[in-house]
Amino acid sequence: MRKTILIIAVLLVFVFGIFRIPKGIGLSAWKTALTDNIHLGLDLKGGIHLVLQVMVEEAVGAETDNAVARVQADLQQGGFPARSVLKPDPKKPELLQIQGTPPDRTGDVRSLLDSRYGAQYTIASEANNSWTLTMKQTEVQSIEQHALQQAIDTIRTRIDNLGVTEPTIQEYNLGTNQILVELPGVDDLSRVREIIQSTARLEIHLVVGGPFPTEQAAAQSVGGTVPPEDIVMAYGGTEPDLQGQYFVLQRLPIVAGDDFRDAQPSVDENGRPDATFILTRNAGDRFYQFTSTNIGKSLAVVLDNRVQEAANIQQAIRDQGRITGLGKEKAQNLSLMLRTGALPASIHYLQESVVGPSLGADSIRKGVLASIVGMLAVMIFMLIYYHGAGINADLALMLNLIILLGFMGYSGATLTLPGIAGVILTIGMGVDSNVLIFERIREELRAGKAPAAAVDQGFAHAWVTIVDTHVTTIVSAIILFLFGTGPVKGFAVTLSFGLFANLFTAVFVSRHIFDSILKRKQRGEALSIG
Amino acid sequence: MELFRGVNVDWLGKKWYFLAFSLVFSVAGVLSMLFWHGIKLGIDFRGGTLVYVQFEQPPDPDRIRQAMDHAGIHDSRIQPYGTAAQKQVAISLAQKETQESALDTGRQTIVQALNTNYASGGAANQGKLDLDNASQGALAQFLQQNDPEHLAGAGGGSQKYAEQAAAILNHRDHDLGGIFSSIDQLNGVADPAVVSLLKQSAYLSGFHVFAADIIGPQVGAALRKQALMATLYSLAGMLIYLWFRFELIYGVAAVVAVFHDTLITVGAFSLTNQEITLTVIAAILTLIGYSMNDTIVVFDRIRENLRISRRENLTSVVNRSINQTLSRTVLTSGLTFLTVLSLYLFGGEVLHGFSFALVIGILIGTYSSIAVAAPMLVAYQDWRAKRGKKAVLPAGKKARV
Repeated sequence: MRKTILIIAVLLVFVFGIFRIPKGIGLSAWKTALTDNIHLGLDLKGGIHLVLQVMVEEAVGAETDNAVARVQADLQQGGFPARSVLKPDPKKPELLQIQGTPPDRTGDVRSLLDSRYGAQYTIASEANNSWTLTMKQTEVQSIEQHALQQAIDTIRTRIDNLGVTEPTIQEYNLGTNQILVELPGVDDLSRVREIIQSTARLEIHLVVGGPFPTEQAAAQSVGGTVPPEDIVMAYGGTEPDLQGQYFVLQRLPIVAGDDFRDAQPSVDENGRPDATFILTRNAGDRFYQFTSTNIGKSLAVVLDNRVQEAANIQQAIRDQGRITGLGKEKAQNLSLMLRTGALPASIHYLQESVVGPSLGADSIRKGVLASIVGMLAVMIFMLIYYHGAGINADLALMLNLIILLGFMGYSGATLTLPGIAGVILTIGMGVDSNVLIFERIREELRAGKAPAAAVDQGFAHAWVTIVDTHVTTIVSAIILFLFGTGPVKGFAVTLSFGLFANLFTAVFVSRHIFDSILKRKQRGEALSIG
Repeated sequence: MELFRGVNVDWLGKKWYFLAFSLVFSVAGVLSMLFWHGIKLGIDFRGGTLVYVQFEQPPDPDRIRQAMDHAGIHDSRIQPYGTAAQKQVAISLAQKETQESALDTGRQTIVQALNTNYASGGAANQGKLDLDNASQGALAQFLQQNDPEHLAGAGGGSQKYAEQAAAILNHRDHDLGGIFSSIDQLNGVADPAVVSLLKQSAYLSGFHVFAADIIGPQVGAALRKQALMATLYSLAGMLIYLWFRFELIYGVAAVVAVFHDTLITVGAFSLTNQEITLTVIAAILTLIGYSMNDTIVVFDRIRENLRISRRENLTSVVNRSINQTLSRTVLTSGLTFLTVLSLYLFGGEVLHGFSFALVIGILIGTYSSIAVAAPMLVAYQDWRAKRGKKAVLPAGKKARV
């Protein structure tokens, strides 16, 4: 009796897991309840699946860019200015070089560098009063990790602005700085790309020279090869006269990225769209100092490595400014990007999949049809082959399915198409356990044992085999879950849930039903097992 | 009802036939892999672009190929997808045209090429909305901009137009199976004003891109490695478990049998020139689990029988064990085969490769537990006997549960 109650309780708990409390009693209400609780994968629901690579080394580069200015200022303040501080190799963002410190103050330079930068950098002195600062590996890692996390947060905020329900945005393939983005129910790839990809890296640089008609001409203006502290950049704004032209800019921006607090699309006196930006307080002070000492020089507003606008400094600017030459859409996007925070580094696409809603619906229909046909065929066969015991097996099979779906409902695991295949295989394994037990019971009966003893022996012998087969399969399912991706994982999830459910139904439930039947039978009456 | 009662087949006596059978199939598969079709990897492993397109009219591969050639795509592969009645085609591009920096270009080029070749109306479609490929957001925006019901004054009507867009696309994707044959099909689905606007300033391109997969070379390589590692790890996991529960030789025999199944299944894919995709790998992993399951049932019985009758020689113990479990083996395989067959017949194109692998795998997996794994135990024991070692196969550790 206690066992019956236990089984019914389990049944109820898992039915609740599948449906929770439906909002009505009609068929459609149950259907909605089912689809609300069982999370369908993108292949069934339709949607977009993206794998992105965050170029984290750019974040390291941005940090050393900052350090260049800091080192310069610190040496200046200490009274032993260096001839130059630069990043010698664009391919090694973690490297800084200081050249030409006063030869008689080497000890002071060393102790200043050690105290200010020793925690982050390995400092080596070289010939000709030069120093090399290499960012420590732990520091590089922590910057990269932070950049990745920030990229995830930023993309999440942007996606939330799209109004997608239940998006997945998470780290992918641990340690490779990749991000997985899954957007169920969305099939507009170009718009999603636009929103995610836009790094909206806004910077303001000092203009060294320009505009020039070609890249070569730009390089010529600074002596043929561009020195490491400068950079050549193409024009990307809307001004017709400047299309295809190039500028030479100082490599290090005056303000960049996080320094911008907000930007709003606006309209200038002539009705042309532009954007008004606001700097943070700190950056505003810096900008004020710079603009007040550089009146008359040119500044360039750079968005995603393209010059949007170049203008003379008319007066000192503190924390507000206007960017023209954007066009309406760009101005709006820029405003959205700056409000949601900038991406710390640019992003590459590694993989994109789009599943349209029609394909998803078709797959569900076919998957469910195949499962039902398969299951019915098996259940009918069990009834014919095992008679009374077949009912027993069929009950166990149905309970197995309910527990499996209930598991999915409770755990929030997603059901994918290979997952449905996993369900079908679970049905197969469930049948196998029953067949193993029944065949064993038949053998014992043939050997002349009484029904009760035969059931007892049958279960005892089959149990060993069932444990072995299930544990082996669970071992492999767990490994698949750990090392597999996408469809393989979905398959592993349903398979392992199904196998656990199976251990319970085939062995415990089935046994209990046998026992209850035996209890009602007269001594010596035959067992209905075909 | 009972199928096998008191069967007494000398399975081990037929081991040479089994060996010949296994050899023929594995060698055929291996030869095909090496010299004929090779192992055809799906784009998830190769990297590349795959665009699934549904057409309004039955698609003509030559015409599509010409369209692609015009657009400058020369190594596209065009394959029918699903049944002929579904009018679907999969167009794939190789990896070298799928650069990581411009992952999406291939897809866009394909869509454009189809658009210029399939949409009726030609240049007149400039600036119009393609209703067959419009996304819900684009359609809603289009409606709101054109405002056919003049709702701009009355609060903008964005909610109303979003609902209309949802209803129209729901009709397209769920009732019509993804594609319109005429804009008149919207009568009764959307408001008359909306329908007449669409008739005027939207067009039907005659095709619908219902799915796309674009996989960069880096991901392809990573997935390839991952799938291989997952398979090897799971084999190792099983081997260790069997070693722990039985004896090392049982584990080795089971793993060899499973390897044999995998080889033949992959060979079958090569022989029939089908692609191995990530889902097919999932199927192969399944069949590994299934075949292992089958082998363990036989091994369990061998272990049990060895303990009962220690004097009997191994060959007859193994024969008897196979015969005793034969009824279960055939039943389970038959029933699992039934479910997999239903998957193959009703599961649709997406699961085609998956269910094909399982249909083959279950047949071979059942066969291998009887014809490969069990004889290996006997062969091992004979080999040991020849070398003058202890003649009896250890019965395995006592089964403790």
